[in-house]
Amino acid sequence: MKLEEFASRCGEWLRGSGPESDIVVSSRIRLARNLADFPFIRKCTGLDRAEIERTLRDKFSRIAMFHDATYLDVNSLPDIDRRLLVERQLISLEHAEADGARGVAIDPTEQFSVMVNEEDHLRIQVMHSGLDLDAAWQQIDAIDDLLEEHVTYAFHDRLGYLTACPTNVGTGMRVSVMLHLPALVLTRQIEKVFRSLHKINLAVRGLYGEGSQAMGDFYQISNQITLGKSEQELIQQVGDVAPALIEYERKARQYLIDESRRDLHDRVSRAYGVLCTAQTISSEETMQLLSSVRMGVNLGLIRDVAIPTVNQLFIHTQPAHLQKLRGIDLDTADRNIERANYLQLHLRGGSTDDGPPQN
Amino acid sequence: MKCQKCEKSATFHITERVGDKGQWEELHLCEACAKEYLGRSSPAQELELSAGALLQHLQIGQTAEQLAALDQRTCVVCGLSFYEFRNHGRLGCPNDYVCFQEQLDPLIANIHGATCHTGKRPRRAAVNLDAQTQLIRLRRDLRDAIHTEDYELASLLRDQIRELEKGGS
Repeated sequence: MKLEEFASRCGEWLRGSGPESDIVVSSRIRLARNLADFPFIRKCTGLDRAEIERTLRDKFSRIAMFHDATYLDVNSLPDIDRRLLVERQLISLEHAEADGARGVAIDPTEQFSVMVNEEDHLRIQVMHSGLDLDAAWQQIDAIDDLLEEHVTYAFHDRLGYLTACPTNVGTGMRVSVMLHLPALVLTRQIEKVFRSLHKINLAVRGLYGEGSQAMGDFYQISNQITLGKSEQELIQQVGDVAPALIEYERKARQYLIDESRRDLHDRVSRAYGVLCTAQTISSEETMQLLSSVRMGVNLGLIRDVAIPTVNQLFIHTQPAHLQKLRGIDLDTADRNIERANYLQLHLRGGSTDDGPPQN
Repeated sequence: MKCQKCEKSATFHITERVGDKGQWEELHLCEACAKEYLGRSSPAQELELSAGALLQHLQIGQTAEQLAALDQRTCVVCGLSFYEFRNHGRLGCPNDYVCFQEQLDPLIANIHGATCHTGKRPRRAAVNLDAQTQLIRLRRDLRDAIHTEDYELASLLRDQIRELEKGGS
């Protein structure tokens, strides 16, 4: 697979379909697993890492589900390609920036990816559009079973799957939903929501996970504990809270419409206007304005652009994607110009989807 | 931070499960109040769990000397010292969970509010952890033996590795 080709596509998680997809962008589950007969990454020698990578790569090739998948040797990829994979949420930032033998298997629809030698030997992740945790679990459970036929996992009778960090021990599972919550941010209720989520042991992170800032009003809600509850219970914990958050966001949107429809309409129209006409624009400003436009489209206030287009622009206007799509390295100033061009082309020239709003 | 029950500074931070819907409450207490709090009888099993965890901390917290001694302890399989774990937060191999069980269990109880896995289990009969981690050590020894050109030892180790790998799959 050529990464240039890959860059121009759009991953599963931004397809903009699936249940509640105006607010729930994606449902994601990841499992942390380690091979029983190797040290955890921290105590691996370079040779250990290479052997783990070779072993797992070989195992992947024997599993039918991986036959269509592409295996990328992350260690030998150019920096920009690694960043492209991070922007696409197929590998983590830590994985991109680590040293030594490591890789990732990515299925063509980008619904699943398996990182080798991240914090744990194996990080399996499955991502589906919209609110669809059960389907994500079924898929990842099956992948886990298939891998387990070929390797011996580090498993402790009482503690469950053993992980490099004790915060992941037990199920090794992180369940998360990515939500777009612009109205809760606008009405300043987001902090309150976060506090109540922390109280029930759920973590809130930004678009790119641990330590990342909330960009474009996207938030990931996930379980914090991994031990003492079954996978089903953990899925339920996150799955149960999602409808409440969707409801809050819808109420906040309704409030904005009822109380200040003109202000809201003005805000999203201006955002759209800037994105359509700017000559140079930063990634941060783009994210923020696209967030307003996304809400505007979902509320039927903007009718000449479709949600999948907006979703795709969130990713394609990020630095690595922009350079990959253009085919040349660009410095920050040139990227800002290229980004403005790209936005104009896709918002003004491209899609004029007059379909019904998705709300 | 001050103790929630008196004026002394809080040195114990207890997470308590409240009710049956998974709500949590945080308590910040000084040593004396923590002992009193934990000494009281309670019907809740969860309380016993975190109490156990805290008592472990009490033992650890006794002297700086003991802490220093603990920091020196290393895992025979991967060589990780407890000090290294305290500083980096990452374990070195599966055996660390056994080797540092006394210290890790209270920590795990604090993080997860539980110490027993109730979820999925690998389908295949899992070999016991000892045998699994033995492989890590044997491979390292083998590498060393080859490095020092001790081929007699190397062939011995290789046989042992094969033997274990057979039993494990």
